[in-house]
Amino acid sequence: MTQATDPITTARGHQLRALMLQYGGILMALVLLCVIFTLLNGRFMTVANLTNILQQVAVVAIAAFGMTWVILLGEIDLSIGSIIAVAGMAGAQALGMGMGFVPALMCTLAAGAAMGAINGVLTAKLMLPSFIVTVATMGIYRGIVSLPTNGAPEMIANPSWIAIGANSFLGLPVIIWIVLVLFVFNHILLSRTTFGRRTYLTGGNREAALYSGIKVDRLKIAIFTLSGVMAAIAGILLSSRLYSAQTNAGMSYELDAIAAAVLGGTSLAGGVGTMVGTLIGALIIGVMNNGMNMLSVPYFYQLIVKGLVILIAVWLDVRAKQRRA
Amino acid sequence: MTKTHDIVLSMRDVKKHFGPVVALKSMQMDIRPGRVHTILGENGAGKSTLMKILVGVYQPTGGKMELAGQPYSPQSPTEASQQGLAIVFQELSLCNNLSVAENIMATHEPSRYGFINDRKLRQMAAALVQDLGLPVNVDAKVGDLSIAQRQLVEIAKGLSHPAKVLILDEPTSSLSDSEAEILFGIVERLKARGTAIIYISHRMEEIMRLSDDITVIRDGEYVATRERDDTTIEELIALMVGREMDEIYPPALAPVHGNPTTPAIEVRNLTREGEFEDVSFQVLPGEILGFFGLVGSGRSEVMNALFGMRAATGELHLGGKPVSFRGPVEAIRAGIGFVTENRKEEGLVLGAALRPNISAAAIPAFAGQGGFLNFGAERQAAAAEVQRLAIRTNSLETLAGTLSGGNQQKVVLAKWLLTKPGVLILDEPTRGVDVGAKFEIYRIIRQLASEGTAIIMVSSELPEVLGLADRVVIMAEGRIKATVSGADLTPEHVMAYATGTSK
Repeated sequence: MTQATDPITTARGHQLRALMLQYGGILMALVLLCVIFTLLNGRFMTVANLTNILQQVAVVAIAAFGMTWVILLGEIDLSIGSIIAVAGMAGAQALGMGMGFVPALMCTLAAGAAMGAINGVLTAKLMLPSFIVTVATMGIYRGIVSLPTNGAPEMIANPSWIAIGANSFLGLPVIIWIVLVLFVFNHILLSRTTFGRRTYLTGGNREAALYSGIKVDRLKIAIFTLSGVMAAIAGILLSSRLYSAQTNAGMSYELDAIAAAVLGGTSLAGGVGTMVGTLIGALIIGVMNNGMNMLSVPYFYQLIVKGLVILIAVWLDVRAKQRRA
Repeated sequence: MTKTHDIVLSMRDVKKHFGPVVALKSMQMDIRPGRVHTILGENGAGKSTLMKILVGVYQPTGGKMELAGQPYSPQSPTEASQQGLAIVFQELSLCNNLSVAENIMATHEPSRYGFINDRKLRQMAAALVQDLGLPVNVDAKVGDLSIAQRQLVEIAKGLSHPAKVLILDEPTSSLSDSEAEILFGIVERLKARGTAIIYISHRMEEIMRLSDDITVIRDGEYVATRERDDTTIEELIALMVGREMDEIYPPALAPVHGNPTTPAIEVRNLTREGEFEDVSFQVLPGEILGFFGLVGSGRSEVMNALFGMRAATGELHLGGKPVSFRGPVEAIRAGIGFVTENRKEEGLVLGAALRPNISAAAIPAFAGQGGFLNFGAERQAAAAEVQRLAIRTNSLETLAGTLSGGNQQKVVLAKWLLTKPGVLILDEPTRGVDVGAKFEIYRIIRQLASEGTAIIMVSSELPEVLGLADRVVIMAEGRIKATVSGADLTPEHVMAYATGTSK
């Protein structure tokens, strides 16, 4: 322990080093994967394919932004895959009833917010573990999807809705713009605002946060609601790309979202993690899916490889952090 | 050092380097059976490195150790414990979900083919607990015990192996005086049996009472060894800090704003069923009110109620106006600060840096438009507090969990100073803190008082209460037994009320 030097001047350099320590490993993994796939298939490293990857990863990335908030708080949300499906169905139903594009969009987001808020209220006010609450609502929401159509898919014909998944803006698909905007939004909300700071503190030590005057319950409800809204946006994108609302849409996407967040360095214990990390984590998942599809790797092998990559990445991350400590 | 007792454990010229960093240079010590040998030093002086070497966590870079005449160089804690060294850590290492017996016998349960013999396990634990005279039920779940009881269980666990040398690392830091008495009883019994005890504590009164020999270390270096009867607290402190410290308790400073007469806080008939009853007191701006009572007397519960953490009936006035809080948010807004009893559980986010920890209770003060944080202002304010409290760190981005106990406590204090409280509640502000940091905390308390902050200081360290407080409220069994001030502020008087021997 040295004497207090000037804490203001030392902060900057420290931050840069911390940044490299934080993302160095995971970025290298991403680059390594890209190099391997480029070597194995010449068509991998093309603008068209990279754009394709970004489009494919959009739904998981957006869901993972929401998941990151929840995990930062030390909680978990297993219901987002179901919320993705309900959101798509809500949108399709609203459009089917003759609603315009914007009102239908609002209904869909509201449905996502409501489902997230229910998770939050049950967790915060009834003090139930979020794992249990969201396992239950995962089933409930998945069941609700089928109510309007008795299990059949609902087609979507609204041109604006379809345009989200099909059109481009300034040379980039609209979907990618949405991911970028949501990334910037979530990143700023997390790293620059009081809301983000309160999330880190509460996830780091709930008791200390409570004694510091943070309304922990309210924060929890807000974050589950945010996670629900992110999942609803993901659901809109998915239904737009599929021209329909499917009852099994988004199945097990919660696991991909958790994997993206954890690959990106988010600690399941809460209090540690960033949106930058989650974005990189989502990209790794996207690159793996795309690369293996291009190489025509059978689906079951893909599952095994994905599982192994996640294990190795997390192990490397944990090891790096232990060395630092 | 002319006595001709056998030496059970000796260290000669023991060194420990971590790369270029010297944690311990030239340490020497002779531990004799049946005696209590205290190691005294400020936090960071090298005590924990020394202990870790003794129990085999670290291997020394140089020097010699002997245990019972044989060369001693344990490669692991297991090896140390097999050779007869037991340690009771300051940090609790118990599993809250298991019973007392299961914890005591952990890792050496009586078993056959991997199946645990529950009855035998219970019997062995019960015998040990009875032998030590601990007031704990071996079937109770550790999670249901008080912190103090857990500490006693921890000691039983440490002694579940036969030990030649027992190391006690700040065993009383979470014990009340009466509970500490139980511990001292155990120490006496072990001494009589010939066990050598290495004792670490920051409480000077306790050290003077319990120790036979005292070794002082400073900056990783051996300073001196004294026999208890040949030294004084003043000499030991001087040896420890390397300078004369004429006064542990700094004198009161002149008030900056004259002598106000409206109480900053007034509590009337505060009651919470089963915890405390009819608690009334007031504190003037600039006054330090001591709140003394044994653990379980209801003091911390009262403070939690004042802070809005738990509901209670009764009246609360701040600056003459009636208020009531539904939660800490409102209490903080009204100008109450609360340095909680347990800094690791309620005070700090250990995995976060100093900066967010220091600003945690003052987030609204750094919120700009649209809820954006003003990082520049935050950094400046945090840096100013680090400077004012002399927190030893090389950066605001250092993780709170990596600081020493004294510095962590100063960070908690810094957090509340940033809210500029009119009333500051300090619950055990110097628990587990070394003498140097203690002195700085006392200095800050005095300074705040002179600037007009009303201070409520809860403490179970009587000298501290007597040294700082203008008046002392004594609580026992959930009630205020007396409020004493002036000439009545004597240890005998206060203890008599606290233990119920005086009406």
